[in-house]
Amino acid sequence: MAWQADIGLEVHVQLRTRSKMFCGCPNAFGAEPNTQVCPVCLGYPGALPVANEEAIRLTVRAGLLLDSTINLASKFDRKNYFYPDQAKNYQISQYDQPLCSGGHLDFEVDGAPARVRLTRIHLEEDVAKNMHFEAASGIDFNRGGTPLMEIVTEPDLHTPEQALAFLQALKQVMQYGEISDCNLEQGNIRCDINCSVRRAGDSALGTKIEIKNMNTFRGVFRALQHEIPRQIRELEKGRPIVQETRRWDDDASRTESMRSKEDAHDYRYFPEPDLPPVRLDAAVVEGWRASLPELPAARRARFVTALGLPEYDAGVLVADKEVADFFEATLKAGAPAKAASNWIMTELMARMSATSEAISALRVTPAALASLIQMIESRVINGTTAKDVLGIVLAEGGDPKVLVQQRGLAQVSDAGAIEAFVAQVIAANEKSVRDYQAGKPAAFEFLVGQVMKLSRGKANPQLAREGLKKQLG
Amino acid sequence: MDALHAFTVGEAARHVREGTVTSVQLAEALLARIAKLDPTVGAYLSVDRDDVLRQARAADARRAKGETAPLLGVPIGVKDVLNVKGQPCTCGSQILAGYRAPYDATAIQRLREAGAVILGRLNMDEFAMGSSTENSSWQPTRNPWDTARVPGGSSGGSAAAVAADLALATLGTDTGGSIRQPAALCGCVGLKPTYGRISRYGLVAYASSLDQIGPLTKDVRDAALLLNAMAGPDPMDSTTLKAPPVDFTAALGRDLRGLKLGLPREYFIDGMDPEVERAVRDAVRQCEQLGATVVPVELPQTKYAIATYYIVATAEASANLARFDGVRYGLRVAGDDPIELYERTRAKGFGPEVKRRIILGTYVLSSGYYDAYYLRAQKVRSWIRAGFDEAFRRCDALLTPTSPTPAFRFGERTDDPLQMYLSDIFTVTVNLAGICGISVPCGFTGAGLPVGLQVIGPALGEETILRVAHAYEQSTDWHKRRPPLNNNG
Ligand SMILES: [Zn+2]
Repeated sequence: MAWQADIGLEVHVQLRTRSKMFCGCPNAFGAEPNTQVCPVCLGYPGALPVANEEAIRLTVRAGLLLDSTINLASKFDRKNYFYPDQAKNYQISQYDQPLCSGGHLDFEVDGAPARVRLTRIHLEEDVAKNMHFEAASGIDFNRGGTPLMEIVTEPDLHTPEQALAFLQALKQVMQYGEISDCNLEQGNIRCDINCSVRRAGDSALGTKIEIKNMNTFRGVFRALQHEIPRQIRELEKGRPIVQETRRWDDDASRTESMRSKEDAHDYRYFPEPDLPPVRLDAAVVEGWRASLPELPAARRARFVTALGLPEYDAGVLVADKEVADFFEATLKAGAPAKAASNWIMTELMARMSATSEAISALRVTPAALASLIQMIESRVINGTTAKDVLGIVLAEGGDPKVLVQQRGLAQVSDAGAIEAFVAQVIAANEKSVRDYQAGKPAAFEFLVGQVMKLSRGKANPQLAREGLKKQLG
Repeated sequence: MDALHAFTVGEAARHVREGTVTSVQLAEALLARIAKLDPTVGAYLSVDRDDVLRQARAADARRAKGETAPLLGVPIGVKDVLNVKGQPCTCGSQILAGYRAPYDATAIQRLREAGAVILGRLNMDEFAMGSSTENSSWQPTRNPWDTARVPGGSSGGSAAAVAADLALATLGTDTGGSIRQPAALCGCVGLKPTYGRISRYGLVAYASSLDQIGPLTKDVRDAALLLNAMAGPDPMDSTTLKAPPVDFTAALGRDLRGLKLGLPREYFIDGMDPEVERAVRDAVRQCEQLGATVVPVELPQTKYAIATYYIVATAEASANLARFDGVRYGLRVAGDDPIELYERTRAKGFGPEVKRRIILGTYVLSSGYYDAYYLRAQKVRSWIRAGFDEAFRRCDALLTPTSPTPAFRFGERTDDPLQMYLSDIFTVTVNLAGICGISVPCGFTGAGLPVGLQVIGPALGEETILRVAHAYEQSTDWHKRRPPLNNNG
C-alpha cells in the first residue's frame, strides 16, 4: 500500500533591522542578557508600541520576491497567552489581515523543478529567550520584541528532501533580498512543521500533526524522516492519527507528544488598539518592486550565458550570495570571469571551509584578488608565486602588487637572465640533456623544473621552455 | 492676596512670573494644607515632600535666570495611573505595590517642560475601573462637599484634591467618564480631550482605544492652560493625532452668539435626579441668554452605549492587564511553576471589580463568542460615532448633564455593579466616539451637592467646548464656591 505525506511549513525569519519591532532597542545578537531592553519591550506599565517601518518594508520585499499579493491595508492584532517569554502576555502579530497573501517559491530538488505555494506572510514580534539553570530559570529579553516574519506554506511538500531543498532555497531568497542574515546558529530561521499522511490516490488530506520549534534544517529533515513513517505505521496498525502538537527530540531521534487539540490555546485575537491600521501607498510598493535584487536562479543563468561560466561554477558561486557578490566585484575590478571563478572556488572557498569564515571576513578583497589575477595574466608572476602571495594576503592582509614588489617575487622575463639560467642548467645536467636528445620528453620537463628551481620560481615558465628548446637545438 | 492654596493655575503662574510669590511658597502652602486636610479627604496616596520642594527650588532658579514658561513653578497633582520617574505608580492596585516608575509619561514630561512642579499621587479606582473611587485597594477618598459621600471616579482623588484646594490643578484619565463624572460630583472643571489629542505614553492602559488624559481644574481657563502644555503629537504614541498646536486660551472670552447648541433628548431620562435636571436646564437657558441658539437633537444610539462600552473596554482590559503577572515588577506571590505564580499573584493582587472585568473581557473575546460580542460592539461603536457626526452637522456642541445624580453615599452602589455602571451613562458615548467633552459646575442641590453641565464637542472641537464652558462659567459664580471643609482650613 503506497502512502503520500503532505507537509506544510511555518517558517519564522528574523528580519535584518537596526531596531526592534516596536521600540528603539537594537536588534542585535550576542549582547549580555537584558542589556537591550526598555519599558516597551519589557512590557512596563504605560509603555506603547510603535511599528518599525523598516520591518514592514522588508516583509513586503519578501512578499514581492515570492510573488505574493501585497495587501495595502493590513493591521496588527493581539495574540493572548500567558508564558514567561512574553513581556505583555500577549504577542503583537497579524491575524486576519497579513501584509502579504499567497505567492510561491520555485526551487529544485535533485535537479528537478518544484513549486511550493505560500498561504501568507505576516509580521510579528519575537519572544524572549528562557534560560534554565540548575536551581532557577532566567529570561533574556534582548530577543524579546525583535521583528519576526512568518511565512506559511500550503501543504505542497511531500518528502523530507523536498522540505530541506525548499528551506535552503527560501534561505537564499532571504539572503538575496537582504531581508535576513539567516544565521541558523543565532536562530534567525526557525520553523514549525505541519505533516500528515494519506493513501496514494485519496483526495482528502490526512489528520495533521504539528511539530513545533525546529531550529535547524537538518532537524526538520530528520524529524520528517521519522514522523512520516511513524504516522504510516500507526495507520497501518489501524490506529487513527489524532490531531496534536509534537516536539522533535533529536537525541532520541523521535517526535513526542506535547499537547492535544483539546489543550490548544484560544488566543482571543483582537485588533491591537495601540497601533493604527497599516496603510501602504501603492506607488511606494511599486518603487520597492522596482528595486528588487536579482534572485539566485536568474543570477546563475546570467553567469552561464553572459559570462560563459560552466553550470557547475555558476551554481557554486550563486549558492552563497556573499560569494557571488565577491565574484562580481572581482570582475568589476578587472579580472576575467573564469580565472576569478577558479580562484574563488578553489583557494578562497578552501580557506572559508577551513576557518568557517564568511567570504567577507577574509583579508583578501575583490580588488586584491583581481590585481593578483591581472599579474598572472600579464606574466608578472606565475601561478605558483600567485598562490604564495595569496597565502600572505590571507594571513596578513596587504596589497598583492606591493607584496610582489617588496619581496622581489616578480617573474623573471628578461631574455638574458633566462638564457643564463638555461645555460647553467644544461651544463649541470648532462645526462638529462642526453636523454632529451635521445627522445625522452620527460627529461625536458625535468630541465624546465631545474630552471624554475634555479630561479627560485620566478622564471617565466614559457620563456624558460623556449630558452631550453633554443639552446638544446 | 488670596491664600496661596486658593489660587488658580493662571493666578499662581502670574504671581511666580511677576515675582510676587515663589514656587517654594506655593509648594509649602499646599504641602501644609495636604498635611492638615488630607487625613480627612484621602485624596493623596503619597506625597514626596523632598522631591516637590526640590522641583519648586529648581523652578525658582529658572525664574531667577529670567526664564519664562507658561506653568513655571505651579504644583500639579497626578492620578496614580501616570508614570512619574522615580515615583510609585500603583494604579490604586495591590498588584503594583513597590513598583517605581522608570520613566516619565509624555504628558508629565511636557508639564515639566512647561515649568510645572509635579505634586503627589492621587487616589483612584483600581486600574481606573469604577465610578466612586471605592475600588481603590488602598483607601477611600471623601467628597469635600460631604465627607459621607464619594467623590466619583475613577479620578476621585484628582477631583477631591482640586475641590479641597489640595492642588491648584490635577491630571486625571477618562475612559468612560472618569474625569468628567468626579469633576461634576466635586464641583470642579474636568476636560476629556479628543482621543489622540494628548499622548497616552506612560498612562497605564485600562482600555487603550478609550483612555485619554485630561486636566481637572478650578476654572475653564486653567483647563485650557494645561491642555496647551500637554496636547500634540508624540512619536511614542502612534494613536496621537497630527493636529497642529493651538493656543486653547485664545478661544476664551467670547460670548455664545452665532453658536448652535444641541440638546439631545436621550440625555434627559426618566429616573434622573430632578435637582440635577433643573440645574442643567437652567444652565441651558443661561447659554441662550449668552447668545447661543439651542436646538433639539436625537442620539438614538445612546441606549446601547453602556453595553457597548463594557464589551470594548473589558476586552481591551483583559489583554492590557495580562502583563501584571509577578515576573518583572510589582507584587509576586511565589508558585511552583510560572502558571501557579501567575495565578497566585493575580488572585492576591487584583481586587474584585478588576477581576470581574478581566473575566468579562476574556469571555467576550473567546472563540465562539467574539462575533456576537466584540465584533457586534465594534459595529455599534461605529454607529454611535456616526450618530454624533450627524448631530454635529446640525450644531456646534451638545449640552447634557454630566451625571444623572449628584454624589452618592459610600456603599450605596457597591453591591450593584449595574447601578454603578449607570453613573457613566452620559459620559461613555464621548469615549466610544473618540470626541471631546468638558464638565463645568452648574449649580447645587438643596443638600449643597455640586451638579455638572457637560459640553460635548466633535473630534478636535476643544476650542468650541472650552469657549462654551468658559462663557457659561464666567456668567455664574458656581466655580467660586468652596466646600465647607475649607472654612476650617
Ligand atoms: Zn525596547
